[in-house]
Amino acid sequence: MAELLDRIQDRALQLDVLLNLHVDITYRCNERCIHCYLDHDSRDELALSELERVFAEAREIGTLFLTLSGGEPMIRPDFFPILRSACALGFAVKLKTNGTMIRDAEAGEMAKLGVHQVQISVYSDDPETHDGITKLPGSFRRSLDAINLLRDSGIHVVLADPLMRANIDDYRKVQTLAEELGVAFTFDPTITPMINGDLDLSNQRVTRTALRQLYQDASLVGDPAEFCRPGAPPDNLHEQVPCGAGHNAGYIDPNGSVTPCVQFPYPCGNVRHQSLADIWRHSPQMLEVRSIRLKDLHTCSSCDLVGGCTRCPGLAYMEGDMRGPSAIDCEKSEVRFSRVPSPTLVQISMGGQL
Amino acid sequence: MNDPYVARSTRLGTCTLGGEAIIITPSDSHLYNLNQVATCIWEAADGQSRISEIVEKRICAEFEIDRETALADALEFLTDFSAKGLLLTSEHPVDPAKVAQPFLEDTNG
Repeated sequence: MAELLDRIQDRALQLDVLLNLHVDITYRCNERCIHCYLDHDSRDELALSELERVFAEAREIGTLFLTLSGGEPMIRPDFFPILRSACALGFAVKLKTNGTMIRDAEAGEMAKLGVHQVQISVYSDDPETHDGITKLPGSFRRSLDAINLLRDSGIHVVLADPLMRANIDDYRKVQTLAEELGVAFTFDPTITPMINGDLDLSNQRVTRTALRQLYQDASLVGDPAEFCRPGAPPDNLHEQVPCGAGHNAGYIDPNGSVTPCVQFPYPCGNVRHQSLADIWRHSPQMLEVRSIRLKDLHTCSSCDLVGGCTRCPGLAYMEGDMRGPSAIDCEKSEVRFSRVPSPTLVQISMGGQL
Repeated sequence: MNDPYVARSTRLGTCTLGGEAIIITPSDSHLYNLNQVATCIWEAADGQSRISEIVEKRICAEFEIDRETALADALEFLTDFSAKGLLLTSEHPVDPAKVAQPFLEDTNG
């Protein structure tokens, strides 16, 4: 299954088919998470009729995996008509929500529509810590209730644990909580800079020591020795693309702006003025992103960690140069692939005792 | 049913990639990658066509294969996919509202 999915993703990447489309239908949210990169003052959102047209266009150019997110997508009064429209077109729909607005009826409707996956963030097993991050009292209980309801409705639920300084000590307990709830678990220590380019959120990032601990935790990474072994640079370095953004993945923000990825805010066009197909195939900005190969990365292409690094071109773009390194990812790779220090000669004066 | 009408089930994630159908089920996230012949049947399964018509008008027209062999293969595929809930079979034409939208022309190029 995973192998087939990898093969399909790789095929889409080679053909530049927009297999994975992420649409944020709003930036508004009922939570105020301390690590959130969005400006919640969202205006002039794509209307239902505009989203219906965009979905149909995405369908025409081969999209299969459609992620609906926000902000909190369910804050829109027309959320279910939007969801209904997406599901009716034959996408595999993934929903990212905080779950606080899901009750029996909503979970049942999602199951009926055939939603493929719902991802809900849970930051801690301790309600106080979780609510301290979301700034919404009671949100822990409501998110957990939603997970239970969705799971009981037969929907595949993923419990996501974004890691930051405020909750790094709790991830094992959150992992156990996911097991007890009978849902999948995923974690991510990446704190994305503010969408306006402000890097201030970096003070929420976990320390290098904590990152090292994560990368040595077999329950998270499988075999740590394997996970932390730097791969050899690929033979066809010149032909390798940095990631799927702009190749098999794209993003649309609530105002219709199209970018290569949610984490790569390089404007390539707007679906209010052009068709999605036109932007995807002909936008100079999209074509520029698509033209970049690993050999074009002026610093990374000669780095000895290039074979295993998970450099994000979007983070590099936000840090100033889409062809340059991303300091955030450099740190991750340095920690992940840290080598045993070279042996050094230790000289001890024995004070003439020998 | 020896020669049923065939229809695509709804509530599936579907697309074409390089001329081959990809199907994913919501219940268990099972993924299917159909070959070109199976994709041809899938695309033609509009609920208004019998399997024999699909074989004659699509399979035999597009692939070098005799009718009997193609029909036997198609029925085997149909049995498998209807058991999985991916295709519906009926003695009568199926209400178009109960059939998943067809693939659009493969315009990925």
